[in-house]
Amino acid sequence: MSALLSTRNVETWYGPIMAIGGVSIDVPEGAIVCVLGANGAGKTTLLKTISGAIDCRKGQVIFRGKEVQNRNPDAVAACGIAHVPEGREVFPFMSVEENLIVGAWGRADKDAVARDMEAVYAYFPDLASKRRDMAGFLSGGQQQMLAIGRGLMGNAALMILDEPSLGLSPLLTQQIFAIVKRINRERGITILLVEQNAVAALDLADHGYVMEVGRIVMDAPTAELRESDDIREFYLGKSDEGIRGEKRWKKRKTWR
Amino acid sequence: MAISDVFQLLLIGLSQGCGYALVAIGFVFIYRATEVVNFAHGEIMMFGAFVVLTFAEFWGLGFWLGAALGLMTMAAMGYLLDMLVMRRMIGESQASIFILTVAIGLILKALAGMIWGFSPQIMNSPFQGQLSLGGIVIGTDRLAIMVGTVVVCVLLWAFFSKTRVGLAMQAASQNQLAAYYSRVPVRRLVSVIWAIAALVAAFAGVLMAPITQIDTEMSLFGIKAIAGAVVGGFGSIPGALIGCLIIGVSEPFLDYLYPPLKGVYAYIILLAVLFVRPEGLIPQTYQKKV
Ligand SMILES: Nc1ncnc2c1ncn2[C@@H]1O[C@H](COP(=O)(O)OP(=O)(O)OP(=O)(O)O)[C@@H](O)[C@H]1O
Ligand SMILES: [Mg+2]
Repeated sequence: MSALLSTRNVETWYGPIMAIGGVSIDVPEGAIVCVLGANGAGKTTLLKTISGAIDCRKGQVIFRGKEVQNRNPDAVAACGIAHVPEGREVFPFMSVEENLIVGAWGRADKDAVARDMEAVYAYFPDLASKRRDMAGFLSGGQQQMLAIGRGLMGNAALMILDEPSLGLSPLLTQQIFAIVKRINRERGITILLVEQNAVAALDLADHGYVMEVGRIVMDAPTAELRESDDIREFYLGKSDEGIRGEKRWKKRKTWR
Repeated sequence: MAISDVFQLLLIGLSQGCGYALVAIGFVFIYRATEVVNFAHGEIMMFGAFVVLTFAEFWGLGFWLGAALGLMTMAAMGYLLDMLVMRRMIGESQASIFILTVAIGLILKALAGMIWGFSPQIMNSPFQGQLSLGGIVIGTDRLAIMVGTVVVCVLLWAFFSKTRVGLAMQAASQNQLAAYYSRVPVRRLVSVIWAIAALVAAFAGVLMAPITQIDTEMSLFGIKAIAGAVVGGFGSIPGALIGCLIIGVSEPFLDYLYPPLKGVYAYIILLAVLFVRPEGLIPQTYQKKV
């Protein structure tokens, strides 16, 4: 197995409630992997378990061949995992620039940090013009960009994105996803993406998992998932049996 | 009341307010970083004054060396208090944390009484002279508090907004989980914040010592500092500074105007402000975009 990140039968509980169980996923180096699932399926719980924000009761999280489950989140992050949490979590009373500086915590390579900061501003020109503005006063989309940018500043090998499209306009979602793709291609950062916006996520990712009530119920390359009847019905919101794959693809493009 | 009397009272009030502010700053730091309302902060200040007294007088190290060692000791105490006690309370209810901090305060007070006794003690400080400026006489002890407060505020401001560690501490205070995800060692930095808060409180204790003398009742100072922080808007540093200065300046004038209520004016101001503006004078809020 040459996966950068794997989970093996991970089981996480909130008090007496098991939120996820028996979850095994593999994220190959350099890939974009997405996890789809409805509200409450346990996607965020899985990501938090990976990044150490919650301890799992059973199973392993393996990153670069080392078990990292149940470490503190700062220790996991230091291994090379950047978790961009759900809900555009920024440091609200600090400027955009200061948010990015904190993102580079623990890095001694000053020049590289400065270069990465310019790279973030190049990916998100909206942020460049707001360097000195307080993060709390940015628009929702800009906050999401800042959260991703802060994740980039850590120079991590794996970036975990929890519903980056949440509450964003379709256009902005498209832009952000395009940048995620560029980040993956240009910087070689492996991406693990959780989404409810299945259309956009399946478009972006190479491989997908589907979660339902705390378990993985599907695991396939995204090309295959796009063709699956269940996915089409429940996540892409269509049950157009008559239309063949090619056509449906075109049709979707038109309304996107 | 002559104009020079007004200035006199103003200076006394300002210096008193600065003393409150030094205690309130640490209190607000701790609240911002951990949401713990540390009711033991006045006791930490009092304990710090005793520790400095011990080094400076009883061990004969003199004021400056004694103060330096005492402040370091208190910083270590603040760090350990968080590491060994407060950190274990993460996730417990606000009520139990409240009771814990009150208990820590009582323990510190009892401990100080056991070690150093309950009668007031005097510390020789280099700030015992008087300065006369155009008819207004001000004790150098009061001047030292004001200068000390300004210096501490500038240093803290520079530390928190210009250094990477300071920025990371701010980040950990504003969004703990996001700070963790950014590799920031939140736990350790929170302990450092406790260390800074205890150090600054002890500094206030040292500077107030020539004025109040050192005894276990010094800790009441902390309650007024908390009142000042609440007046200013709980959780905001500029608010706490202004709130403490308002209380400090009002006290001598109100005491002068109507002495029977001497000593309770801080709380009357607190109630009045909470009545008119429950969020305090400068609340720190922002709208989270949904
Ligand atoms: N802090 C918590 N305490 C108790 N139960 C929780 C907690 N957080 C989540 N849960 C429960 O765990 C389950 C999985 O939640 P999770 O947040 O992982 O879902 P999700 O797939 O991320 O959903 P969404 O798409 O809405 O973000 C849900 O049933 C939820 O109610
Ligand atoms: Mg979620």
